[in-house]
Amino acid sequence: MVSRTTDDYLKMVTSGCEAVCEPAFWAGFDRSSVAGFYDYFLQLTMHEPKRAERFKLPHYSWLCINPKESEDMVLAQEVLDLIPKFLDRPNVLGIGEIGLNKNTRNEIAILEKHITLAAEHGQLVLVHTPHLEDKLKGTKLIVDLIKAESRLEPGRVIIDHVEEHTVSLALDAGFWAGITLYPESKCTPARAIDIVETCGKEQVWLNCACDWGVSDPLAVPKTALEMRRRGHSAEAIDSLIYQNPVRFLSQCRKFKVGR
Amino acid sequence: MRDFFARLIFSGGVRKGFIFETAREKLPSIMKREQALDLYFIDARSKLIDLAAFLDRAERSPGADDFRLAAFREALKVLGSDGPEKARRVLLAFSDPTQEPLAAAPGKSACGAWPGKK
Repeated sequence: MVSRTTDDYLKMVTSGCEAVCEPAFWAGFDRSSVAGFYDYFLQLTMHEPKRAERFKLPHYSWLCINPKESEDMVLAQEVLDLIPKFLDRPNVLGIGEIGLNKNTRNEIAILEKHITLAAEHGQLVLVHTPHLEDKLKGTKLIVDLIKAESRLEPGRVIIDHVEEHTVSLALDAGFWAGITLYPESKCTPARAIDIVETCGKEQVWLNCACDWGVSDPLAVPKTALEMRRRGHSAEAIDSLIYQNPVRFLSQCRKFKVGR
Repeated sequence: MRDFFARLIFSGGVRKGFIFETAREKLPSIMKREQALDLYFIDARSKLIDLAAFLDRAERSPGADDFRLAAFREALKVLGSDGPEKARRVLLAFSDPTQEPLAAAPGKSACGAWPGKK
């Protein structure tokens, strides 16, 4: 995880984490050229796997240009042209996290190109949905755009960062839904379990925000503890926390976990 | 395999049309009311007081409300209302309800409430 210290890998492994999946995302600043993305993709596909391997933690990644940098269409196209050169790397699971940020026309154009790229290369897709007030509109736009690409099976696409008002948009269309856990401002462990109790458990996975902002790599095991406090069985917890993501990710033959 | 199926819904005994609702397998809610209160009441009480203190803080600060506080007051009405899905309805109160893509991004960040709401 490019934004985290090595201590986090150690904590994750000792908490029972069996693999980490790191999507390409915004660095907190705009990269100035395609060369910055080339170096970033090397970091995601070569250097981070080595760092995680020190703790026997399999590291996987997803590649794209994040929607926050998609307003620059020239740069975005250059990055799109770069991605196929990395898709055969052993830890690359698919295209992500693509999506929308402020729901602009340029973001939509670049999202469409990512969707086409994923379809042409038979890749799994991980989709970022916008934050806060932009999430509802953005999720609707994203779902409609991906549904229009007939070559992408909905079951090979995960719509991430869903909340109570968007989870059904993803699940009703046959997509997977990701619930991203944050220590503040967004979805908490308690709300995540509420969503699974009220909206569905079959095509849902939970993930931790592990970026350069306020985030917690142990949010998923903390949610497992929250489920135990409510009285959920060990089987129910394992099914949601472990089996579901394994089921989705195993659609990529490169994905392997220890059990 | 798709894990949902279409179901016909009838409203008020009068057939109003075919509405497709998904019926997905859910994680059973197994807590009794008392257990839910035991687990979450103190935390929710604390957050409610935080909300009250936030309003006190904002209201004693000189100046006018803006769209964020207006959306906040609208969302608070949901808390006192009847019916389920209060979290979903609060989120909707803060959401951009439009469908048209923006011509250009006004910035990168979201502020938590839709500025277009009057």
